[in-house]
Amino acid sequence: MAAAMRTRGDWRNALFVAPYLLVFVVMLVLPLAMGMWLSTTKSDLFGTERWVGLANFVRLFGDAIFLQTVGNTFVFVLLTVPFLTLAGLGLALVLNRQERWAAVLRTIFFASTVLSVTVVTLVWRLVFLPDGGLLGVTAEALGKTPIAFLNNEKLAMPAIAITTIWWCIGLPMVLFLAALQQVPRDLYEAAALDNASRWTTLTRITLPAIRRTFFLVIIVEVILQFQLFGQAQLMTLGGPNNATRPIVLFIYETGWRQWELGYAAAAAQVLFAMILIAAMIQYRISSRKGVA
Amino acid sequence: MTRSRLAIALVGLAAMLMLVPLLWVLALSLKANSELMADTASVFNGRFTLDNYRNLFGNGAVFRWISNSLIVSFGMTAGVLILASLAGYGFARLEFRGREMLFVIVLLGLAVPEQAVIIARHQMFSWLGMHNSYPALILPGLSAPFGVFLMTQYFRAIPKDIDEAALLDGASRFTIFWRLLLPLTIPAQATLGIFTFLHAWNDYWWPLISATNKEMFTLTVGIASTQMNFAQTEGLGFLMAQAVFAGAPMLIVYLFFQKYIVQAVAGAAGR
Repeated sequence: MAAAMRTRGDWRNALFVAPYLLVFVVMLVLPLAMGMWLSTTKSDLFGTERWVGLANFVRLFGDAIFLQTVGNTFVFVLLTVPFLTLAGLGLALVLNRQERWAAVLRTIFFASTVLSVTVVTLVWRLVFLPDGGLLGVTAEALGKTPIAFLNNEKLAMPAIAITTIWWCIGLPMVLFLAALQQVPRDLYEAAALDNASRWTTLTRITLPAIRRTFFLVIIVEVILQFQLFGQAQLMTLGGPNNATRPIVLFIYETGWRQWELGYAAAAAQVLFAMILIAAMIQYRISSRKGVA
Repeated sequence: MTRSRLAIALVGLAAMLMLVPLLWVLALSLKANSELMADTASVFNGRFTLDNYRNLFGNGAVFRWISNSLIVSFGMTAGVLILASLAGYGFARLEFRGREMLFVIVLLGLAVPEQAVIIARHQMFSWLGMHNSYPALILPGLSAPFGVFLMTQYFRAIPKDIDEAALLDGASRFTIFWRLLLPLTIPAQATLGIFTFLHAWNDYWWPLISATNKEMFTLTVGIASTQMNFAQTEGLGFLMAQAVFAGAPMLIVYLFFQKYIVQAVAGAAGR
């Protein structure tokens, strides 16, 4: 009897996980399945549904605006992720020391991370505003004509990218700092005994030792920045001329402005598939602990 | 040596660039709206006023939004801590049928982004007529698998001798959980609690579509609603005072709990 209890366990033990599982099923599994179903229907606000198979997906891949939002999202990822990764690494390398000034600078670089997207965009709109914004005032003081960054098709996305980098630089920095703390001290001692130059120590010891973190940061940031929404919605509304409209804003507007829920759900599935691929790569990296 | 000095100087410069936008907004918030209307460069003339903040405190909406944000954030944090602790203990320590499979399913949930579920969630709450309520703002956040993952890892790391000794003494499973193990998980509770709170406080998309009634706005959504007609607004200084008022508490909390906040955010990303 006791042996049977040990192998199969007591059903009452499951009561500990039951409350979470209930919420998990109702709030996550069910909406996920419903979303998949929705993406194969033509649905609107009033709950009228008609099954249309893969028609929404066919329409998506012929929808010039959707394809543009996919392109915009990739451009945004390319503008932000490489910079966030390299700048985060650079900051971590410089600020990985005990002195007080380094602690103060680390505090500054991470501070913006705790702000909400609405505060961040409010701050940065007041930087980019041509008429009276910080850059506008600076330009006038230098005798130049202020540029309307957010109304310029070519400059709006870079402006959103700069805002995002300012907001998000803290995370890559602290991930790299944590990795640098893990590099075994004796490796550096050995390098010092060999009279290795700082450059050699960096390229032969430090960088190889944190290689796993390097890839982890890239994937984490790709997943994060792929989901660009608030900055674009609040700073440019996707404009001018759709130049800054990302996939998530497309989903939001299709769903809650045009109330085409089925079509929005289909776009969401496409985004989900892209994020899933990135998440699988992340899993493979983080489950290979220690091997570097 | 000179090269590393150069690097330090560059990083110092970058840190100043990080601060400049915040100082700019702080300065604008201390200027009279009429002066800003004429020219924002008037910031440098040295005439400051607290009028914008006085107007802000006279305006009930912001306080309503802050209290909504507090209720939602504390509610979600408490809920996540309770559910994740119970489930973490269950998955890490107890045996029941299907445990491994259920745990794997929960972990798979980590890969599901908000976008994949938000439309159907919105429909569900519409059917139930539950939008514009605290439960609607809190419940979806309780389903995030990260907390269960974190707590399971943490409970697994606690030596099993502790519970086995207590079991021999006749303690019940719940007593062991509540009296013996839970106190040992306080560092993990702090990490998870801070992360959840920050996430709830700064969440934007879900409250934007669920809380459409001005009375139910969270602070994040409220601030968004006031910045829509931005260039035309007469109260640039007022808007900036709002930004400062919304951002400053988070920055102050951050200064005090920096170590935990950094750990929480980094831990969630590096899972």
